[in-house]
Amino acid sequence: MNAKEQVQQISGVNPYKCMKCGKCSATCPAYEEMDIKPHQFVSYVQSGNIEALAACKSMWKCLSCFACVERCPRDVQPGRILDAARQIVVRQRGGNYLTAEEIPPLVDEDLPQQLLVSAYRRYKR
Amino acid sequence: MIFSYYPGCTLRNKAKDLDAYARASAEALGFTLQELDNWQCCGGVYPLGTDEIASKLSSVRALAEAKDKGQDLVTLCSACHHVLKRVNDDMTNVEDIRTRANNYMKLAEPYAGETKVLHFLEVLRDVVGFDTLKEKVVNPLTGQKIAAYYGCLLLRPGKIMALDDPENPKLLEDFIRALGAEPVVYPYRNECCGGYISLKEPDMAKNMCNTINESAKGFGAECFITACPLCRYNLNKTEQGLPVYYFTELLAEALGVKEGAL
Repeated sequence: MNAKEQVQQISGVNPYKCMKCGKCSATCPAYEEMDIKPHQFVSYVQSGNIEALAACKSMWKCLSCFACVERCPRDVQPGRILDAARQIVVRQRGGNYLTAEEIPPLVDEDLPQQLLVSAYRRYKR
Repeated sequence: MIFSYYPGCTLRNKAKDLDAYARASAEALGFTLQELDNWQCCGGVYPLGTDEIASKLSSVRALAEAKDKGQDLVTLCSACHHVLKRVNDDMTNVEDIRTRANNYMKLAEPYAGETKVLHFLEVLRDVVGFDTLKEKVVNPLTGQKIAAYYGCLLLRPGKIMALDDPENPKLLEDFIRALGAEPVVYPYRNECCGGYISLKEPDMAKNMCNTINESAKGFGAECFITACPLCRYNLNKTEQGLPVYYFTELLAEALGVKEGAL
């Protein structure tokens, strides 16, 4: 399986359903922080440029808020493409974006456990 | 009436009040939350990958235990609710996930999504009824202007969560009205607080929570209510932000059971 097929399989997304309306980017709360924008995810999959997608900063900026998923008129679910690219990265040795050693100085007294488990699931294998 | 209950990791630690006020209020309203015997953390975020199985098993175990007891499964934390509800949808509708998860589980009878997952707010709306709730209020919160903060996880994706209209919800506003207070409707009530981004990039979450605060203040709100410990944590980081309460705290107050609940 090549990388393009892998992203399509993990995400379950058909990038060819996209009609490029841009609603996903318009509604994304992390848009400003992203190097590859939500409406561009499908193009990277279509052209098979998974290497660039797997090197993007956007995957660490996505908040899993599902705004792009909810508001896509074609049910393309751009967030799932980014999540698949992230999976490909964190499933590799050394691909984790968060290590246990980094955490103690980031924790304050009020920090809910929910935050740590969520960050672990998103950033780490 | 007895419901199976999944508290989740945070309600056993930093959000004990969200849990305690809910249990006390439930008893006052005539139902009981019976904690599952064996529950494990849901993981906080629903695993989106179609090949993710092991990360869904803690949810499947909780769902299967409720099925064995013949009870609906009630949640309080938005994240737990989101994860359990979506895994249940997978177990109902996605054959590949259902088969592979059951292969791990080795249950007496395969689990296929039989359990009904209800958020505590759905129990108030659909089982108790907001009219009945209103009748049981002994300390109406008259005159308080309250902004409901839904965030993301309770509502989206609307087709699966099926809690309310994901773009124009009214569940929490109706709840606020039942307590005798005045709901404040503002545009950012279902926009993201930043979620887990506040661990590594607190400024990003702060900016988003500032916008939410400004939006609610602009419409005259005096405080927020939420069902999510992470939303509350992030909103509380706003300088000169509105106070943030769990919806169960105001519920317990209105029902006259707040004293002694903790």
